[in-house]
Formats: sequence, C-alpha cells, structure tokens
Amino acid sequence: MTTTSLAAEAALSPRTDSGGTPTVRSKGRIDPTYYWMVVPVLALFAFFITLPALVGVFFSLTNYAGYGDWKFIGLSNYVNIFKDPAVLQSYIFTFVFALTTTVVVNVVALAIALGLNAKIKWRTGIRTVFFIPMVLSALIVSFVFNYLFSNTLPVLAERFGVTPLATSILANENLAWLAIVLVTVWQAAPGATIIYLAGLQSVPAEVYEAADLDGAGSFRQFLSLTLPLILGYLVINVILGFKGFLGTYEIIVGLTGGGPGMATQSVAMRIFSGFTGGDYSYQMANAVIYFLITLLISVIQLRLIQRRGVSL
Amino acid sequence: MTSPTLTRTAPAATKATARRNRRSSREGFKVNWWLTALMLVASLTVLLPLYFTVAMALKSPDQIGTGTGLAWPSPMNWENFAAAYVATNFPRAFMSTAFVTVLSVLGSLACSSLVAYAIARNWNHRFFRGSFVYLLSAMFIPFPVIILPLIKQTALLGLDNPAGVVFLHVLGGISFNALLYIAFVRSIPVELEESARMDGATTWQVFRKIIFPLLAPMNATVGIFAFLGSWNDFLLPQMMIADPALQTLPVVQMLFQGEFNTNYSLAFASYLMAMAPTLVVYILAQRWVLSGVMRGAVK
Repeated sequence: MTTTSLAAEAALSPRTDSGGTPTVRSKGRIDPTYYWMVVPVLALFAFFITLPALVGVFFSLTNYAGYGDWKFIGLSNYVNIFKDPAVLQSYIFTFVFALTTTVVVNVVALAIALGLNAKIKWRTGIRTVFFIPMVLSALIVSFVFNYLFSNTLPVLAERFGVTPLATSILANENLAWLAIVLVTVWQAAPGATIIYLAGLQSVPAEVYEAADLDGAGSFRQFLSLTLPLILGYLVINVILGFKGFLGTYEIIVGLTGGGPGMATQSVAMRIFSGFTGGDYSYQMANAVIYFLITLLISVIQLRLIQRRGVSL
Repeated sequence: MTSPTLTRTAPAATKATARRNRRSSREGFKVNWWLTALMLVASLTVLLPLYFTVAMALKSPDQIGTGTGLAWPSPMNWENFAAAYVATNFPRAFMSTAFVTVLSVLGSLACSSLVAYAIARNWNHRFFRGSFVYLLSAMFIPFPVIILPLIKQTALLGLDNPAGVVFLHVLGGISFNALLYIAFVRSIPVELEESARMDGATTWQVFRKIIFPLLAPMNATVGIFAFLGSWNDFLLPQMMIADPALQTLPVVQMLFQGEFNTNYSLAFASYLMAMAPTLVVYILAQRWVLSGVMRGAVK
C-alpha cells in the first residue's frame, strides 16, 4: 500500500511529543473509537463464555435435572461425585490417556521433525504428507480407523495367525484405549511437529558445525545440543498437548463411543451426558471440579515454566 | 525444491536465504539416503489410511465382502459418490458448513484484530490491559465446563442454529487470536499512524487503511486456524444445532452411522467428500498453510 510514503513522511515530519511509545499516556484522552473496538466484543464474550460458566456453578448447587422445578441442595452434588465410582473411573481413564498420549505424541513428533530437518531427499513432498492429518476432521478419521480396527486388523491377524488380535481391539475393555491413543497420536503429531520444526530451525547451523569439528556423533549432538536448545518448544508442546488431550471427545465418539461398557468414557463425555441423562446439576458439579483440576494443572505448569525461565 | 525454512517473514528473509544456500550446498553431495528411506516408510502411516479410504469408497458392497478392504477395487464403483451425495443430502450439509466456516473466518479476523489493535495501542491504560487479562482467562476454562448452560442459553435466544455456532467459534477463538495479533501490532511502528493522523485520519481509517493491511501475515495465520477449526468442528454443531437438516458435514457423518453400517462403501464415499475440501485446499496452498501455522506456533 502507501506504507512506504507514509513512513518517509513520518521520518520527515517534526515530532511534537517526545514519547516514543504508542499509548496515550494521560488517562482522560483516549479516543472513544478504541472503546468501540473492544467493548462490543467484551460484552458478547461475557454473555456467551463467562455467563454460562457462572450459571453452571449456580446450578451445580441445585438438584436441577435439566427441566422442571429445582431447589438448592448445597454441596451434596459435590459430595456424591466423590463417592461415584463411574466418575472416578472417567477421571482415571482421562488422565492415563492424556499422559500416555502426551508422551507418545512428543516422541513421534520430535522424531518426524528431526527427520524432516535432516538432509533427506524430496523433503517438501514428505513434509506435505506428514502434515495431512492436521487438516482432516478428527471424527471422520476415527470412523475410518474404526473400520480398520474392527474389520481389517482382525482379518489380517487371522490370516497371519496372531490370535490375540483376531477380535476387534475396540471391543476389548483393556485394549480399546490404546486404539484411541493411536488415532489421537495420528491426528495430533503434525501440530507438535510444526512447533518442533520451528525449534530446530532456530538452532544456528554453526553450533552443529562446531560439534562436527569436535567429533561428536549424531546421537551425542542430539542429547547435548539439540535437546537442551529446543527445551522451550518441548515445554510448550507438553503443556498444549496435555491440556488438549484431557478434553478429548471426538475421537472417542468415532472409535468406541465410550465403550466397551464405560471403559473409555472421558470426563468430557461424562459431563456431556448431563445434557440428556437427567442429571444436569450433578454433571455441572462434575464440570466445576474438572475446571478446578485443569486450573491447578495450568498453575503448576506456569510455575514450572517461570522457574525454568522459558519464554513462551 | 527443498526449502528448509518455512518462515518467510521480512526481517528474517536475508538470514534465511543465507542459511538455505549453505544447506543446499551441503545437501548437494551428501543426501542421507537411509533416513530418506526411513521417512518414506514412516509416511506410509499417513498414506495407508488415506489409500484405504479411497479404495473403500470405490468398492461395491460385494467387493468389500469379508476381506481386509485394502485391495484396490476393479471395476471401480464411482456411483458410490452419487449415492452418498443424495443419501446425506451433501449440498445442504456442504452449504451449512461453508456458511459457518466463512462467517467464522471473517468474524475471527475482524473481531480479533480490532480488539488486539485497541489493546496493544492503549497498553498503559488500565481498562485495556484488564480486558486483555479477562480475554486470556478464557484459555483456562475448558469447553466442557460451559457447554451445558451454553446450550440452554443459545436455545432460549433462538441461536440453536449455524449462526449460533459462528458466534461461539469467533468468541471461543478470540483469546488465542488476539494474543497472536497483539504481538504483531506491537512490531508495527506508531510513526506510520501518527503521520496519517496528522493528515486528519480517524482511528477507524488508520486501522482500516494502514494497520489491517499490514497485519496480512497474521491474518493468514488466524484465517487458516479459523478455517480448519470451523470446518472440522464436531462438538459445537452437534450440541448446538437443533435442526438436523442444518447440520454440518462432520455431524452428518455421525447422524448417518446407522444407515452406513449396512453400506460401508456409501459411508467411505461420504467421508471422502467431507474431507476433500480441506485436503484440496491444503495440497494446493501447502507452503502457505504451513508457514501460516508455523507463525502461530512460534509466537
């Protein structure tokens, strides 16, 4: 646009005020336009995001079933949740799943990023392929894998005589969650890979040249150079990933629907069941507890970041 | 053909070129073929499920039979696509998804950039800094926490339709998007604006004529995230849109599971048609999409 001429003009024009900062210092003199830019959005935000949160907390203290009359029952919903084995099971499943997936996603993503960053042929093409899962709907991907797990894999297993896999692993209470981990990794690895690639490219080539001269092998270089230098990116990936995996929903819907039994029901799915299950206020209490737990995790993670001095 | 650096922002351009030259000259004599082979094999983990989807979509129910589903069908059954097109009422679901996606992208671009500009330029003022902290706080509220009351609220307001989903997509993404924009607005020198203001431009005009065009790289990043997030979203449309006829593509796949269970070729043809738009956009604008996402990643 006309930015260059404007810049030239700005350089020539005499500066009236001495401050180089963009802001209007004196509090009274802010252009009302700025308020018009922020206030409508803030109002909508408060109405659609903050208000439901407060309404939810309110109803968690009642016996509201989602319809009809209700009255206050204090904290009994919360008390009951701590005694509910189904809720406890969903928390255990969700945390075990999120932890496992975070570890696997980061190992896989780092490996892919290292591969893409190395001296390989057809880099652009290979990179294109690896990032495809990022643009696909998680639900549809899960439907595709659902068929692979429940039909293709058993047929193959039978053909090669691997009897433990001859029945669908989605129908196996102890193995179904591994299928969910696998599809989640398939879906989430590209996003983490991009962050690692950004990290790897921020490491200057000179560092490796120096290490080459000192005779350090590739593995040694990775452990002593690459890993410490991209630690900040690893922290970001772990934090973003873990938080996202805690709220996992679509992939479970597409693969197991929470089954077999309730073996793969995540906390999010439990909460959503309050929509149709008639235990609206009970699941709202569950949601509040879930919020407090994720908040606690966020605070701990932020503390760790600050201590390590990693800048986001 | 190789381009190791994805980021193409102006200040880093010279450094990037230098690095690229050095690297490609090294590549010239020493390509790691073992690693290339390994990466090719690894990329099969992505390609095989995609191949499988295409192969299944082209099979007749007889060809599926009790096999693995991995064999390529002959003859190919292109009529599966026509059947799925009719069965799921594809054009209607497509239009609904496109409506939600286009408005969400435009809304995200407009709202987030305006908010970010106002906040970044008035950082010293308590109200604007407070607004920033308030918006950021949403990043700590997981969606399942607000969803139940939210659905009731939108239903009461008559927003239990694609328009309501647009509102939530824009507002739900605003914390992250504003964060990206604010960092970028700060890097734009104020002198650019001051001279325009001296010529009598209002704040609106400054934003529209000067700031927004300069935000182009960040607009691309925010736009790509909004596009992918909106097009592929399942949770909000499923929960919010009351009329099944107005449902988006991912939810339609879910709604038709019952019907699909007896006819897998129809199901996979339908999956493929729902995935095609983002896949095609990605393949065509690959470098652009990746650099946009990467900019979001490093911020």
